Amino acid sequence: MLNPQGPIATAERLLLFNATAIMLVVVVPVILATLGFAWWYRASNPRAGRVADEGYEGRIEFVVWSIPALIVILLGGVIWIGSHQLDPRAPIAAKPKPLPVEVVALDWKWLFICPEQGIAAVNQLVIPVATPIEFRLTSATVMNSFFVPQLGSQIYTMGGMTTHLNLLADQPGEYPGFSANFSGDGFARMRFVAKAVAAGEFDAWVKAASQTGPVLDAAAYAQLAQPSEAVPPMTYRSVAPNLFERIIEQTTSGAAAIPRTSPHAAAGNADPGAGAAWCPPVKTGG
Amino acid sequence: MLGRLTWAAIPFDQPLPLYAMGVVLLVILAVLAIVTVRGWWPYLWREWLTSVDHKRIGVMYVALGLVMLLRGYSDAIMMRSQQAIAVGSAQGYLPPDHYDQIFSAHGTIMIFLVAMPLVIGLMNFAVPLQLGVRDVAFPVMNSISFWLTAAGALLINVSLVIGNFARTGWMAYPPLSELAFSPDVGVDYYLWSLQISGVGTLMTGINFVTTILKLRCPGMTYMRMPVFCWTALAASMLIVAAFPVLTATFAMLLLDRYLGMHFFTNDAGGNQMMYVNLFWAWGHPEVYILILPCFGVFSEVAATFSGKGLFSYRSMVWATLGICVLSFMVWLHHFFTMGAGANVNAFFGIMSAIIAVPTGAKVFNWLFTLFRGRIVFRTPVLFLIGFMVTFVIGGLTGVLLAVPPVDFVLHNSTFLVAHFHNVIIGGVVFGALAGYNYWFPKAFGFTLHDGWGKASFWCWLIGFYLAFMPLYVLGLMGMTRRLEHIPDASWQPLLLVAEVGALVIFLGILCQIIQLYASIRTRAARRDLTGDPWNGRTLEWSTPSPPPAYNFAVLPRVETIDAFAEIKRRGVAAAPEPAYEPIEMPRNSPTGFILSFFAVVLGFAAIWHIWWIVILCALAMAVTVMAFGWSDFRHHEISPGEIARLERARLAGLPS
Repeated sequence: MLNPQGPIATAERLLLFNATAIMLVVVVPVILATLGFAWWYRASNPRAGRVADEGYEGRIEFVVWSIPALIVILLGGVIWIGSHQLDPRAPIAAKPKPLPVEVVALDWKWLFICPEQGIAAVNQLVIPVATPIEFRLTSATVMNSFFVPQLGSQIYTMGGMTTHLNLLADQPGEYPGFSANFSGDGFARMRFVAKAVAAGEFDAWVKAASQTGPVLDAAAYAQLAQPSEAVPPMTYRSVAPNLFERIIEQTTSGAAAIPRTSPHAAAGNADPGAGAAWCPPVKTGG
Repeated sequence: MLGRLTWAAIPFDQPLPLYAMGVVLLVILAVLAIVTVRGWWPYLWREWLTSVDHKRIGVMYVALGLVMLLRGYSDAIMMRSQQAIAVGSAQGYLPPDHYDQIFSAHGTIMIFLVAMPLVIGLMNFAVPLQLGVRDVAFPVMNSISFWLTAAGALLINVSLVIGNFARTGWMAYPPLSELAFSPDVGVDYYLWSLQISGVGTLMTGINFVTTILKLRCPGMTYMRMPVFCWTALAASMLIVAAFPVLTATFAMLLLDRYLGMHFFTNDAGGNQMMYVNLFWAWGHPEVYILILPCFGVFSEVAATFSGKGLFSYRSMVWATLGICVLSFMVWLHHFFTMGAGANVNAFFGIMSAIIAVPTGAKVFNWLFTLFRGRIVFRTPVLFLIGFMVTFVIGGLTGVLLAVPPVDFVLHNSTFLVAHFHNVIIGGVVFGALAGYNYWFPKAFGFTLHDGWGKASFWCWLIGFYLAFMPLYVLGLMGMTRRLEHIPDASWQPLLLVAEVGALVIFLGILCQIIQLYASIRTRAARRDLTGDPWNGRTLEWSTPSPPPAYNFAVLPRVETIDAFAEIKRRGVAAAPEPAYEPIEMPRNSPTGFILSFFAVVLGFAAIWHIWWIVILCALAMAVTVMAFGWSDFRHHEISPGEIARLERARLAGLPS
């Protein structure tokens, strides 16, 4: 997050620096005073002035409460404004029309669907630079957290629920992304690359992707949803309509739950769930 | 017959846990053998296992916490080592399945079975003495509390050899912790251990709220109570309010797992975020249950070793109570990233930052207590100074995480890990160790070796900074927590520094063990006959060390705060032989020990679905409680003659 590549991440870093600076104004003197007082008032120092007892001193007391209170009032303003400006749901004001992207967390990989382009990709997120991206996110399994640190805010993906996130990449580049919420054995390898490219390159990528690769229909999705780790990036040339909504429906109905098996033989008595039988046939091609 | 339990539950194919457990079993057998050979069983049973004396129970709690610290630490060093070597193409020495159990066990054990027993142990030991009373309100319940906590500790450790522990993280968020995603017994070990120890903790909370509100020596009004008692009261009220939430939440997860209900599942209307909300509705007060009593310890230490009263006692009390109330209004800051609206996030962010106000006031008050004092640098003071410096850094990073947009990029990162270790090690562990060094002479009648104590402090302090400052940086570099494999090779140097830090912390633990050993060896030379080795200010120092079972031969009468300092200032000498009155003391009771024995077996049987044992144990527990309830044989009276004899024997030992 120290090397932000988008407005959200940049603003969040600035907020981090500002809040740190505000607090350091108090924290540094307190640390110095602690060390200083402890040293000067050591029992063996004959030059230190002492008092036997001073239980209460109103003016000092006032200062004691005011300093943290003032800092917190200041920070409270920062928090209020920051929370609203950087609300993950808030659309980003930028010229080009926002690009919607649907994100599904699976065991243990990421499925990205571009509904307008009708294509999908696994563990690879390609986005045009300087274009607001409107993410809708869910999980077909346990809770994960979608996070590309250099672009900014993370957000949970939860089964049966949709979260919203708006991000924007300023510069072309490849930015690592991953799950930031522990989700089981394949968690550490649940990584993807967010690739920000120029608008023309993005169109070329969409075109190329829509001509190669398999079709993401019911059978292909059921196959994809099976637990797997460190899945290499791949694309689907077309996607079943409303797949995102159907995944949510399927998760809340438990229709295609894929119970995990345990590596511990003693208790591994779950049997893998049946495949999904809910998806309508996919229209392929143009 | 044995439910799901088969030979396959023992991981013969995984040598590491088997060796670890083999060593632990050997140690346990060796200890049992020594106790048996030396014929210590009757003594142990009579004086410790069945004791209802709050001082003995406090000592046992602290001992439990220190032993479990070793277990929690071994988990920590295994994690740090895995992260230090499993970089790039290297896979490290732990498979994900094992690594996931280790970090889950580390968090669970450190919070529930190290920090809680240490803090509750200090409360048990010191609160009745500070209040000038002879025991807690419900002594037998106190013993039950301790033994249930020990039962939870035992059950968690059984998971090392029989079956496995949870692989969900210490918070056991569903749906990962649901049957569909965690079909093995790991989560059941987690739930049953914590349910059993949680009941014990709840009873402790009830006991201490009652004790502090209803049992104080004559003249001890609320505003004359030592600050540690105030913080213990606040922590106990938080326990009473928060632990039932945890128990109910775990009960719902148990129902999901055992009876196929859908409180927190993905499907059938379950709501995982309900668990997350409820968990933190307990979880945030929990951190104040841990830290408030440690603030109390530091207040006592600051006043005693500065040789003057605590600066602004009154505002310390109000700050404590303020934190107590606020701690229930901030739980959502643990999951700003769930996608709540900006108003919700901003509210909880601001509430969280507001907690920094009373906490900041406390820090300033400690500062002004040191100011113009006469500071004697014994081990507890080093921990105090180390705490003040370290804790404000932890407070700073905590307030940073309370800014929702900052949390959006640091949530679940190693920055967060560094933050809560910063406040838990810098606050709770330092506080507990300060309290341990401070009250040890009161408990055993001889002081702890100061040199080894200071060595331990420096190792803990340096080790902490080496281990966790790199994690702050790594979090800013985008490293998330709970990674069993490190994707970015540029993180390795910092992870190696953190590894070294963890080893330095081990030296700190080693110094503590040596300190204890050396102090016991030289106890004759370091015996404290005055009962007041630090020139203390509160009532616990007015009674001999170790205190007699009845604490005070004559209950003190209090007219000010810092009652003992006032007594010493006025030079009021106790009458050489006051007219003693008979003292009624609770009889020892095996109820707690027996109940907990059955609780362990019940928990184990429930984990493995051995229902007939569950039913038998539940019946046995009911019978145990009723047998105690119907017994009239609960108290014994110490006659004035006996008290006079004991007191004379003690005075005869004093140098004249």
